[in-house]
Amino acid sequence: MTQNDAFISIQNVNKYFGKFHAINDVSIDIKHGEFFSLLGSSGCGKTTLLRMLAGFENPTSGEIYIDGQPMSGVPPHHRPVNMVFQSYAIFPHLNVRDNIAYGLRKQKLPRAQRDALVDEMLDLIKLPDYGDHKANQLSGGQRQRIALARSLILRPKVLLLDEPLGALDKQLREQMQLELRALQKTVGITFVFVTHDQEEALTLSDRMAVMSNGRDLQVDTPTRLYESPINREVASFIGTMNFFDGRVKALTNGGAEIEAVGLGNLCTSNIPPNLKPGQSVCVAIRPEKLSLSRDAQSGFNQVKGRLDNAAYLGERSHYYVSIEGVSKPVAVSVQNRQRANGNGENQCPVWLSWEDNAFVVLGNG
Amino acid sequence: MSITNGPMPDDATGLRKTSRLGALLQRSEAARGFTLLSPTLFIMAVGILVPIGILVVMSFWTQVGFGFDTTATTANYQMAAERPIYGALLRRSLWMSGMATMATVILSYPMAYFVAFHVHRNKMMWIVLITLPFWTSYLLRVFAWKVVLGYHGVINSALMNLGLIEAPLEFLLYSQSAVVITLAHAWAAFAILPMYVSLEKIDKSLLEAATDLGDGPIARFLRITLPLSLPGVISASLLIFIPTTGDYITPTLLGGPDGAMIGNLIQKQFGAINNWPMGAALSIILMLSIGAIAVSFMLIANFVRKRIS
Ligand SMILES: Nc1ncnc2c1ncn2[C@@H]1O[C@H](COP(=O)(O)OP(=O)(O)OP(=O)(O)O)[C@@H](O)[C@H]1O
Ligand SMILES: [Mg+2]
Repeated sequence: MTQNDAFISIQNVNKYFGKFHAINDVSIDIKHGEFFSLLGSSGCGKTTLLRMLAGFENPTSGEIYIDGQPMSGVPPHHRPVNMVFQSYAIFPHLNVRDNIAYGLRKQKLPRAQRDALVDEMLDLIKLPDYGDHKANQLSGGQRQRIALARSLILRPKVLLLDEPLGALDKQLREQMQLELRALQKTVGITFVFVTHDQEEALTLSDRMAVMSNGRDLQVDTPTRLYESPINREVASFIGTMNFFDGRVKALTNGGAEIEAVGLGNLCTSNIPPNLKPGQSVCVAIRPEKLSLSRDAQSGFNQVKGRLDNAAYLGERSHYYVSIEGVSKPVAVSVQNRQRANGNGENQCPVWLSWEDNAFVVLGNG
Repeated sequence: MSITNGPMPDDATGLRKTSRLGALLQRSEAARGFTLLSPTLFIMAVGILVPIGILVVMSFWTQVGFGFDTTATTANYQMAAERPIYGALLRRSLWMSGMATMATVILSYPMAYFVAFHVHRNKMMWIVLITLPFWTSYLLRVFAWKVVLGYHGVINSALMNLGLIEAPLEFLLYSQSAVVITLAHAWAAFAILPMYVSLEKIDKSLLEAATDLGDGPIARFLRITLPLSLPGVISASLLIFIPTTGDYITPTLLGGPDGAMIGNLIQKQFGAINNWPMGAALSIILMLSIGAIAVSFMLIANFVRKRIS
């Protein structure tokens, strides 16, 4: 990617804590006004990366550019970024209003204008009557929202959010997601959003990075990350995925024919570059791309299996089907159109079918 | 544990009684608090209230030769109000110990700050090192200062040898400043420890948040660190101000005529002058003044804390 259209450019950044390699050669470019998410399991270095953007940690090597300026040596209070801390960091000696207005003091606004801004924020975070409450009389979710308001009110160029919605219930969380997204669009703030909730990352982000053990595995749009993960690690981190071993039989026009263990031959155009005939590969398919039926269908790619068990997930169920030659049962997602009624159909024979291009061929990453 | 409120089906009344008492203790937090406090309360009552009671009663008596006239009279208090020497000494004591308190807190705060924020390993060792001078006796330290500040002491000899002064600086010893300097040093440990504790308690992410919201180091200190460490500053101030006001050892040894404090006078009333009721009255007056100042100090500090935030 070219460096000029990137608003935040993280270039070959490494971070060591003593001997521990917390961030391993990460390079990410984030565009202006983008909603960018960092997704990864606990301890993979998301907070560390964010803290380096905010200026609380220095990269051991590599450089971070924000708005074209190299950031090494720039202290946190001179960077055009604000951060919402994972631990909230609400000032305990101030009330809610003063917490939210904390950063406004530098702008020397008239009191009425400042109060109006704070009121607007209190409304936004759904705490209009809490202005005079002490910070230590608040619940975790309320604190989290105040931490958010405290940064948002400054309208920074970049807002770094470290799991800002983690302590909220689903309903409030979805509301806040919508608000955040709307705000981000209207104000044009660049968001760097850390989460380990993949659903949240998929719905909110323009682009996202999947991290693991201090490395960025894949940086892409949510759709591409979900549909065409580059390797097995990314594929298994986002959503559920069924994996099969296979071998490239032939390369076709823009795609490949794969011979997969237990499934037979299948065709797909979701292939990594540099695929060679004869190469052994891993193919994967999402549970919702498989359909389940009692009888064989004609004209479809299909395979026979035995129903193992089922998991009821509310709006859909996951059925697990064992296929001869495949060690792990294959998950199939089925919409619960009718009222689900137990799963007394264990061990009965079923057919799994899929359409062309439903499979992804994963690189050997 | 039973959740019914009715009488428990217990035959052993003793057991029932204890469980009722237990229930009472469970229910009332205040009762539990008093139970925990009771040993301390007992010692406080016997060791503090009784002597103070004696002091109060005695302050209304009159000294007659070597005995007391026990008819109640406020003559001692009247005398204390009328004779200017008492008021002057009291004001000077409060002033000097106020200065000593301020000097101690201002000098100790950076030390406490340094250990709390910039020492990452062996904090305890630093604290021990800082309090090391206070392991020797108070008297010894006062004498040490006498050696440092004296007419032919360390400072004067050094300055004279360097040719900076012709004759020894006389204001160094036997003056108010000598007393203030010595008190400030003697009580430093009592200032450092409470301030260290309250600084150490401050969550470092609060400081990061303040920086992130645009505060430079000074603004951050004034808006976050100082207000949050104020409880430590207040307790340090009180911890020094209260005992130093009544101190008489340091003024006796280093104060000279200008540096005498109310404590010296009280000591003389119980000693050479032999007027115990007057001494008692002066002690009561001293206690009340300190109490009034301490209370107003806390009120002001509270007010200031609300304002700077
Ligand atoms: N100051 C530090 N000193 C030493 N190791 C650290 C320090 N900060 C973080 N680490 C280590 O770096 C790794 C990454 O930590 P980080 O806080 O970035 O994780 P994270 O991805 O934010 O995790 P989570 O989702 O749980 O918040 C962890 O293994 C952690 O132990
Ligand atoms: Mg984290």
